[in-house]
Order: sequence, then structure tokens, then C-alpha cells
Amino acid sequence: MEKTTKIMNTSGLHARPASIFVKMATGFTSAINIEFNGKNVNAKSIMNLLSLGLKKDDEIKIIANGEDEVEAVEALVGLIHSKFSE
Amino acid sequence: MLFGKGASEGIALGKVLIIKNDPLGIEKKRIEETEKEKNKFLEAVKISKDQLGKVRDKASKELGMDKAAIFEAHLMILEDPELMDGTINKIEAEKLNADYAFKQITDQFIEIFEAMENAYMRERAADIKDVSDRVLRNIRGEKIVDLSILEEDVILITNDLTPSDTATMDKEKVLGFLTNIGGNTSHTAIMARSLEIPAIVGLKDITERINSSDFIAFNGKTGEVVINPSHEEIEKYQSLKIAYEKERKALGHVKGKVSKTIDGREVELVGNIGTPKDLLGLKKNDAEGVGLYRTEFIYMNKETFPTEEEQFDAYKEVLESLNPKPVVIRTLDIGGDKKLPYLKIDEEMNPFLGYRAIRLCLNEKKIFETQLRALLRASVHGNLKIMFPMISSLEELLEVKQVLNEVKADLDKEGIAYADKIEVGMMIEVPSAAIISDILAKHVNFFSIGTNDLIQYTCAVDRMNEKIHHLYNPFHPGVLRLIKMVIDNGHKENIWVGMCGEMAGDPSMIPILLGMGLDEFSMSPSAILPARNLIRACKYEDMKKTAEAVLSMDTAEQIEDYMKNLEK
Repeated sequence: MEKTTKIMNTSGLHARPASIFVKMATGFTSAINIEFNGKNVNAKSIMNLLSLGLKKDDEIKIIANGEDEVEAVEALVGLIHSKFSE
Repeated sequence: MLFGKGASEGIALGKVLIIKNDPLGIEKKRIEETEKEKNKFLEAVKISKDQLGKVRDKASKELGMDKAAIFEAHLMILEDPELMDGTINKIEAEKLNADYAFKQITDQFIEIFEAMENAYMRERAADIKDVSDRVLRNIRGEKIVDLSILEEDVILITNDLTPSDTATMDKEKVLGFLTNIGGNTSHTAIMARSLEIPAIVGLKDITERINSSDFIAFNGKTGEVVINPSHEEIEKYQSLKIAYEKERKALGHVKGKVSKTIDGREVELVGNIGTPKDLLGLKKNDAEGVGLYRTEFIYMNKETFPTEEEQFDAYKEVLESLNPKPVVIRTLDIGGDKKLPYLKIDEEMNPFLGYRAIRLCLNEKKIFETQLRALLRASVHGNLKIMFPMISSLEELLEVKQVLNEVKADLDKEGIAYADKIEVGMMIEVPSAAIISDILAKHVNFFSIGTNDLIQYTCAVDRMNEKIHHLYNPFHPGVLRLIKMVIDNGHKENIWVGMCGEMAGDPSMIPILLGMGLDEFSMSPSAILPARNLIRACKYEDMKKTAEAVLSMDTAEQIEDYMKNLEK
């Protein structure tokens, strides 16, 4: 299961939203990765996620593999759409 | 006596505690019992998490949730699968010692973050290093100096303070900080101001110059440190300390109050800032806005010019956070004593009289246009006022306004929004501009007098030259007459006149400026409450007379004496 989405919150994926994202991703058993700009990283790793330096309007692909992959992708995309309640 | 950069006001006297985090000196070793090594690593991580959990709890109780968030992030780093699994893999597959394996992994990340474009992200490298050092010391069973349990009152002497140091320390027992490195906007400086603990940073080698048995007195405002002071010196510092504390206590009362004299003359007390990080200080000191946002810092400590986007972010953050309070942003003032590593300026005989500020911007229009675009775009997020530095003639001012209009026209074509009414003003820091301020006032919405340069140009005194420093005097009648003239010329054209040099926050100068009719005083945020307190105790009608009296005097000395007597 995979889905492409855009970062919507104005300040991008800095520490606070990134940690919320990682916490949610860690809650799923599926392996979850993020693809951006030719890089593919583990979405459960805060450092990997931050190292992508995601800004507003950057397009990312969320890829999940495992039992709860559908829920995982839906939930994470939803989180991004919620702009992390910024 | 030693001198550093005064980072947080206040006086401290006391014994020292020197924290020398000696370099770890990690060696690569081959380990046969990898299972045992792995457990050693996991145990160290567990201890680190316990420590950080305590730090976080303490921080959230004493500093608030947002300050505690940084330790939440540190804890998350320790739960990072890439870091944990990566280290364990290295221990198992390469038979490496735990500390070496862990350091290799964290160094990789530190390198990635240090290379990032965004300054905020680059600073995260320090967080990873902070966590990494803690785990490494725990792996090696080293004692981590726990600042939360101090036996006596101390002045901390260290290379630099980490976020966890400042969060855990027993604030009751820490009298002050002195650090080797750091500037006014470094973490230590910001935390010290937010905790209201006196501090001096950038003392270079203070950790080497001081012995653990030394006694120290220092002044966090002036940056002076006295090692093993004499009886007289101790007395002097003690009375300074008492006076300072009395003054601070009185100041809490003026928070949230208007800056108005007894007889109703209201002025604006605003802050000088360099980066969005200074917002904290502005809020804490109840600033009524920003009178000088020095944009140079966005250009410094970088490899290339900041992009339009980066600048937009830095302006927007401040505008949005202070909206609807006014924010005066000054366009790039580089050259003189401020250089950029990526912009080559030929050696000059007199850099302060040379290729700098607006002169440079008008010659390298691309740099200027990028900044103006970012400013205009950010204008929709708050109350922006744009200010141009170093204008010396009307031609220059008109040319600058022309460029601004061109950039606006470009944005119009692209359908990009900017605020309708953006006030445009200029610094008055060149004597020729002050003298023709009657003409210039017809073309701007405000003046802001930059006294640091105005004094040095008016008196022909290089303010960096210690031999002639005594000639650099804000009380010089020539300087005061120019200031009065600028204020009057501004008022004749119905524009407001502010001041953003050191003088604007100087308590012995404020009554004169108030009496001259200055509308806006911009100063370092910590000077705002004392200034408000002073203004609220003044009578405008009396200060007008004071200003008149002062303007009729012959020498700086007479004026200074007169003002000193007035204070009493």
C-alpha cells in the first residue's frame, strides 16, 4: 500500500510534527517508509525523517508493508492533512 | 580582569564550579563477547533514558512544556530504530566495541544535519551530539556531573552549556554562567536571559584560566569578570548587585502598562533583534514591537546567500508572532565591520566610509531584490515597516524607493500578494542625511536615528579604536543638536521619529530624548522595562525643559553632570 501526499503545514516537518508522525508510525506493525527526492527512509526513525528536511509543499510517498498497511497509510496521510494542528 | 560578551544582565559573586567535559577519546577495539557488549550498550541507553526522563519532568515543571519538548525529542532519538539497530548490528557483525559503534552511527547523522540548508535543522546536530555524549559517558561508566544536586552556591564555568545542563541545574544554587564560546544568540545566552541568571559568554579560555579554588565576581551586563577580587572590589560588586536586584523587583509592576509619562505623553518602547530566536526576550520584557530587526544574521554563518524562501520564513515568523505590533525590518547592512564569507569585498582603507549597506545593495541589485521580495511577501503576515540603512542623499533614497516599486510591480504581475500599506522609512546615521532631514522627511513614513554610526561619523571617531574611545560621546552637543534637528524635521512633515542605537535604552539619555519629542525608542529587550519605569516617572513638560537646558550647554561633560544630578 502506498500513497503520495504533500506537506501542508507552513513550517514543514520540523521536530514537533516529525515526532508526532514517528510516534504514530511506530504504533503500526507494518514496515513504513517515506520516499522523497530519490531517498527512501524508515518512517519510524525520527532522525531519518528530520534529515529529509521536508518543507511545505514537498511531495512525499508513504509506503507501508504488512498486516496493518492500509490503516497505517490512511492514518499517516490524515495526520499530514490535519497540518499537525499547527 | 577578563572581558567577554555580556549575555544576561545581573551581578554574581561566588565560588566556581568548573565543568570540563574532557574529550572522550574513543578507540576502536575488537570485541569477542558481542552479547555482553550489546547488553552494555542497552544498559547505557536505559540509564540515559532514565536521566533524560528526569530532566524532562523537571524542565516541564520549571520551564514549561515547550522547553521540555527538546528533551522529549532527545528521548525519541534514543528510541530511533536506525540508531539502535544500527549500533547493535555494528557490534554484532563487525565485533566493535559499543562506544565506537554508537559514535560511528551518531556521527553519520550529525554530519547529515550539519550539512542541511535550513539553520534550524543544522542546530539539531547539537541535540544529537548532546544525546550521543550522554550515552557514550554512560557506556564508559563515567559520572555525569549532575547540576540538579549542587551542594553550595556556585558560578558555573564551562566551555558551553548544553540544553540538558540548563534544564537540570538547580537554579537556586547556580549564581551565574561563564563560558568559553558562544555569542549573544547562542543557546546559553538565550537560556540565561530566560532564567534571569547572569551570564557572560565568549570568554575564550576561561576554563583554563580559573582554578577550582578561585572566587569570582562578574557583571553580566558589561561582560567584566574579576578573578579573586579585592575587598574593595567585592564591596563594589555587592552594592551593584543589591541595586540591580532592587531595580528588577520594581520592574515587574510596569509589565502590561503603557509607556506614558505622568502628564500623558505616550511613546513606543520596542526591541532590537537579530533572529526569530529573540522573540522570547521580546515577549518576556513586554516589548511593544520591533524597532530594528537586523537582517544581517540571516546572511551570516552561511556558505551562500540565503534564499528568498529562507528569508521569507525568518521575517514571517517574527511578523506573525508579534502581529499586530509593528516590526521594523532593516534591509541588509553588510560591509564596515560585518563581512560575509561568500561575498568578496575588496580591502578598503576606511570600510566604515566605504562599500557597505545600501551602497552595496544598490550596486548588487539581485541581492537587494531578493530581500525586498521576501519582505513584501512576508508583509501579509503582520505589521511590517521596511527601513533602509546608510542613506546619505535624496538621490539614494529615491533610487531605493524605485527598486522597491519595481519589485512590487513584479509581484503584481505574478499575482503574489503583499500588504497594502507598508510604511517605508530610513535610518538617520550619516550626518549629511541628518542635515537634510527636512527634505528627506517628505519622502518617507518614518526616521530611525542610528546613533552608533551617527556619533562616529559626526565626531569622526572610529568606535573600534580604543585609543580614541573617550572621544566617542553620545552627550556631545553636536550629536544632540543633530538629533533634535532630525526629530523636529520629521515632526514638521508629520512622520514619526524613532531611535535604534544604544542611546535609546540609556537611562541617562532617555529623559533628554523624551523631552526632544522622540516617538519610538528601540533597544535591547532587557532594557525595555527599566525604560518604561523611568518614562512613567517622568513629566513630559519637565523633560522638554531638560532637553532645552541641555541643548544650550557647551560641552559633553556639562551635559553628563547635569543629567547625573537630575537622576538623584
